[in-house]
Amino acid sequence: MTKKMHDTPLLDELESGPWPSFVTGLKRLANDEGKPYANMMKDLLGQLEHSYETRLGYWKGGTVSVFGYGGGVIPRFSEVAEEYPESKEFHTLRVQPPSGMHYNTDLLRKMCDVWEEHGSGLIALHGQSGDIMFQGCTTENVQKAFDALNDESIGLDMGGAGPALRTSIACVGHARCEHSCYDEVKAHRGIINQFLDEMHRPALPYKFKFKFSGCPNDCSNAIHRSDFAVIGTWRDDMKVDQEEVKAYVKANGRKQVIDQIIAMCPTRALSLNDDDTLDVDNKSCVRCMHCINAMTKALSPGDDRGVSVLMGGKRSLKIGDQMGTVVIPFMKLETDEDYEALIELGETVIDFFAENALEHERVGETIDRIGLANFLEAIGVEPDPNMINHPRTSSYVRTDDWDEEADKWFRRKAEKKGSAEAAE
Amino acid sequence: MNEATQPRRAIESGVPDPFPLMHPLLKKNYGNWKWHDRPQPGVLRHVSHSGDTVWTVKAGTQRQMDVHTIRKLCDIADKYAEGHVRFTVRSNCEFMVGDEAMVEPLIEQLESEGFPVGGTGNSVKMISHTQGWLHCDIPGTDASGVVKSLMDEVYEDFKKEEMPNRVQITTSCCQINCGGQGDIAINVQYIKPPKINHDLVANVCERPAVVARCPVAAIRPAMVDGKPSLEVDEKKCICCGACYPPCPPMQINSDESTRLAIWVGGKHSNARSKPTFHKLVAAGVPNNPPRWPEAAEIVKKILYAYKEDGRPWERMGEWIERIGWPRFFEMTDLAFTRHHIDDWRGARRSLNASAHIHF
Repeated sequence: MTKKMHDTPLLDELESGPWPSFVTGLKRLANDEGKPYANMMKDLLGQLEHSYETRLGYWKGGTVSVFGYGGGVIPRFSEVAEEYPESKEFHTLRVQPPSGMHYNTDLLRKMCDVWEEHGSGLIALHGQSGDIMFQGCTTENVQKAFDALNDESIGLDMGGAGPALRTSIACVGHARCEHSCYDEVKAHRGIINQFLDEMHRPALPYKFKFKFSGCPNDCSNAIHRSDFAVIGTWRDDMKVDQEEVKAYVKANGRKQVIDQIIAMCPTRALSLNDDDTLDVDNKSCVRCMHCINAMTKALSPGDDRGVSVLMGGKRSLKIGDQMGTVVIPFMKLETDEDYEALIELGETVIDFFAENALEHERVGETIDRIGLANFLEAIGVEPDPNMINHPRTSSYVRTDDWDEEADKWFRRKAEKKGSAEAAE
Repeated sequence: MNEATQPRRAIESGVPDPFPLMHPLLKKNYGNWKWHDRPQPGVLRHVSHSGDTVWTVKAGTQRQMDVHTIRKLCDIADKYAEGHVRFTVRSNCEFMVGDEAMVEPLIEQLESEGFPVGGTGNSVKMISHTQGWLHCDIPGTDASGVVKSLMDEVYEDFKKEEMPNRVQITTSCCQINCGGQGDIAINVQYIKPPKINHDLVANVCERPAVVARCPVAAIRPAMVDGKPSLEVDEKKCICCGACYPPCPPMQINSDESTRLAIWVGGKHSNARSKPTFHKLVAAGVPNNPPRWPEAAEIVKKILYAYKEDGRPWERMGEWIERIGWPRFFEMTDLAFTRHHIDDWRGARRSLNASAHIHF
């Protein structure tokens, strides 16, 4: 039966203006007479307009899941279902995107077909953790929609929600970026697919996120927005094509090169020579990417590539914002064994988190509570000056075992020297 | 149970393999790119060591998309981009083409279908945002509506590359801040303690968990009207709303309580300076749907002061670092108040312990 559209004078105002309008899209769905979701979307628009009038939200959570999984569905039941009965259940399925968010139109069209049949016709690409969010599904249809999306012909799988491993993303990386320092797809799929049990059956103290960026530009926002940030980097000298440097100086002028590149180097590692070639003090360079971003033809990362791993990034709840901080300054990421070692590190940290974090505590808060040095000891990582901005400024520390600790440092240094000599 | 009624077992396939979905030129040159540039706003050109070149045209979307919009993007991708697209973390849709002659017709088609082309280099990027009233269970405001309103206002700066550097704006519908850090962030900031429905607390909330959730230990168990409930020490309460998700009867959202705050200077990239958090510059901004004009006014003021005064490559926070906070407040006509001075743990690190003064 055709249901009448609610009046939506406030939402209607969001149909004007040049930016694509989500309201126009919602109305298109509500007007799809004959489609199973048309009435649901009419009432959804009604409820949303009601929120715009009263400035309040009207969704509450609950428990909805699919067979065999404990998470991934975000249940939404309306608190104003009497007025808007058709959208009384409006659950979201969080579904993992392909690594790098590549799609072909065949996959996108199949996703649309499934969501037209079982859901609301509304899909968000993508959520803040990277999920494809299939928004708007009745309790009854959640299993049907998932079965269709999870079928081999489509090949999608549920993402994370609740106290669990969450859906992850990787930047475009190797697929279309010359800065990329490791195979993001391999690392992303290697890690997440190893720990799917932690994603699909929530049993951790709280959420745990991995994110993957191919270089320190950190396009996946990993350092702040993940518990375990994998950031591509290199440890040999950056590559300089001096002819291209000269061409850049010629095209843009010396003043611009000095003001915008040389002077903006955070560690004063650059100098423009009298012949318009570039002098790089690679020992002082911190791989910030600025000069490489500016001179993409002339400069590029070195060849001895791998990753830095930072841990503990999170938003405010409960102790305040935290950036992730360096736990692994450098780890080679080239061979299959290197990628295995990264997965093993992930496993060690997840195990530590599962056993030691308090309920509703992110790993960054655990580290804050016990101190980085204790965390390092627990996961078997040696202290390194790259982990700090500067050594402690407070004298309130007990140092009876100073000599033993210093011995460890000198032993490690000797071992490193020995293995370097053996390699030669 | 007989076999026909057994639910289907999930295939735990995890993260989908992107290679069968990837544009053929990206797949062919995976890990082998040499350099890139931006021939015009909205267009990237990447050149591979193999000599291949791929042009990427970036188009803005509304993120919350109806199937008709997605199919329209598919039609365009089938016609120009060999049936492949990729999405960015800020919900732009990228079309890759191997033939430069396709770039202009593709842009024309996207624009004529209502998808703005831009968002590259030093432009104002698409705003990263959350769910809001459309789908969240704890929202103080809407997300998609705020974003639509703001993107209408900064539309031209999405399509051009005239900012000192990229500008990443974020919005969040509560203080959890799912929208993340931004050069400018527009986030809900509550100004009143939660209103407690004592009839419901005992049945709905796990009280010790709610007590534990409070960052300032302002919540304690109490008997109210003979029922077990919770009470809030309103002098201690910082109105963060953290108790509301685990205990919905502690309603934080209301006309009296829900305001917006504007923050500036957040940055994820490591380029030049280290990543930084955004800093509070304005609060008490009305939560005023459907177009939030008061928030948009402040955002534009900040944005255009930066556009005018920022030097090439300076991100918002780096610009302010150079000119100093006194000049920032002067240039934006915003009030500097006692609330700008941090008093949370570690606050002393944000104080000026030097004789470096801006006059």
